[in-house]
Amino acid sequence: MAGVGGGNDFQWCFSQVKGAIDEDVAEADIISTVEFNYTGDLLATGDKGGRVVIFQREQESKNRPLSRGEYNVYSTFQSHEPEFDYLKSLEIEEKINKIRWLPQQNAAHFLLSTNDKTIKLWKISERDKRAEGYNLKDEDGRLRDPFRITSLRVPVLMPMDLMVEASPRRIFANAHTYHINSISVNSDHETYLSADDLRINLWHLEITDRSFNIVDIKPANMEELTEVITAAECHPHQCNVFVYSSSKGTIRLCDMRAGALCDRHSKFFEEPEDPSSRSFFSEIISSISDVKFSHSGRYMMTRDYLSVKVWDLNMENRPVETYQVHEYLRSKLCSLYENDCIFDKFECCWNGSDSAIMTGSYNNFFRMFDRNTRRDITLEASRENSKPRAILKPRKVCTGGKRKKDEISVDSLDFNKKILHTAWHPKENVIAVAATNNLYIFQDKIN
Amino acid sequence: MSSENQESEAPLESGEEKQQDSQEKDANPVKSEEAKLKSKYPNLGQKPGGSDFLMKRLQKGQKYFDSGDYNMAKAKMKSKQLPVAGPEKGLVTGDHIPTPQDLPQRKSSLVTSKLAG
Repeated sequence: MAGVGGGNDFQWCFSQVKGAIDEDVAEADIISTVEFNYTGDLLATGDKGGRVVIFQREQESKNRPLSRGEYNVYSTFQSHEPEFDYLKSLEIEEKINKIRWLPQQNAAHFLLSTNDKTIKLWKISERDKRAEGYNLKDEDGRLRDPFRITSLRVPVLMPMDLMVEASPRRIFANAHTYHINSISVNSDHETYLSADDLRINLWHLEITDRSFNIVDIKPANMEELTEVITAAECHPHQCNVFVYSSSKGTIRLCDMRAGALCDRHSKFFEEPEDPSSRSFFSEIISSISDVKFSHSGRYMMTRDYLSVKVWDLNMENRPVETYQVHEYLRSKLCSLYENDCIFDKFECCWNGSDSAIMTGSYNNFFRMFDRNTRRDITLEASRENSKPRAILKPRKVCTGGKRKKDEISVDSLDFNKKILHTAWHPKENVIAVAATNNLYIFQDKIN
Repeated sequence: MSSENQESEAPLESGEEKQQDSQEKDANPVKSEEAKLKSKYPNLGQKPGGSDFLMKRLQKGQKYFDSGDYNMAKAKMKSKQLPVAGPEKGLVTGDHIPTPQDLPQRKSSLVTSKLAG
């Protein structure tokens, strides 16, 4: 079904794929986060090996007007390294859990990247000039005796090949006992929040030795632990508001003006559960793996194991829209529990105008829902559909009975091919989809 | 589940029965999955999705290796067999003494990402 994400004639095409074609994927190469910056010109990925790769969109050239700007490597660096906490006998993975860009304020670009324990602020800057013409050194590079230098020579700035440098400007460490699952830059552009399983901290971007704890749900007795924080995000416009989701499928909205510690929520979002459908799996599949505000700030979207829900911030008792991602998995929950897939954390994202939402699934499928037309589409990220500008064919999973041609049965789905991370360009119909160790970029068909 | 053709041809009664059956199946795929799970693992926690999961989640990454404990255990149990790491990933119980072989090698990936290649 065409038409999702744009008008009726809308279709998605393959644009690029990054990464190796190896059958044997090294764990370090598994992409763990994907994020466009505010203009969409830069696309950052983080992987399990602690590395960040940033792609930059090429300016559209007059020679090839049909090929929208391609994304090419701009910078790559090792953000985090494996560590060992000897005191607690804890191995700290270098896996990048999240990357969040800061809005651009000068020529350099800044982003926050985090692993389980430490958040880092990286500055990515360009250098395309070099000072030349010093007369302070000999031919062989040794410093000349100052008394031998008789003329004053002012160095001249000469162009050089573009060099992109990444340097860590701030390291925000030692504030999280548990594993960081989210970071979110505040709309004031001065502060950001970081959330782990039980606590949320507020930081100032300039200050690394202090952070404020704003949410603490750790019970006095750990035996009484019933839920953990799964995701958190700052409101896009109101710098005093943030939300956090839980493993029980609830979302709490907090207002930092209400108190220093936001343990008491301002709003509590929960969809009442049908008691007759309660099962062993209920709580596990209701656990929210991602929460994202709409660009407008009026709605938020949550992802649980089987569905995506859109909530109106003014209505706490139920979502305004619910989209089934892969309802056919309901009859597979036993085996999904046994192979741990039921604990997979899928993310979700909005398009720039908030008219469409996207999330991933298994078998390298990803789903898009158009909120206006109520149409949905399933597409696949695979090397087989990777001819330049090839139109992506909608995919369909058959749930029982006769399987039509081109459909795939639930039992044939590859549960190792999971699309957990996707990102949508903030202004255009360009999307980035992480399929294990490959990054796919799709865009809308020109004409 | 019967196909549409079958249902329209069959007499009304069995058509209704078939509908009821498939409705029951539809209503309880999760219940049958739950029954399947319980039959495989009868000892699975009484509390559905409760503390056990959360504790496991919070303890992710905990690896214990104490050379003192290890050597003492080796000395004490010269005759008996040393308890070996179970198949569960990273689950550390009180009796289990990790051996250097159990702990995964901490790899350092200071190689450039293949995405940049």
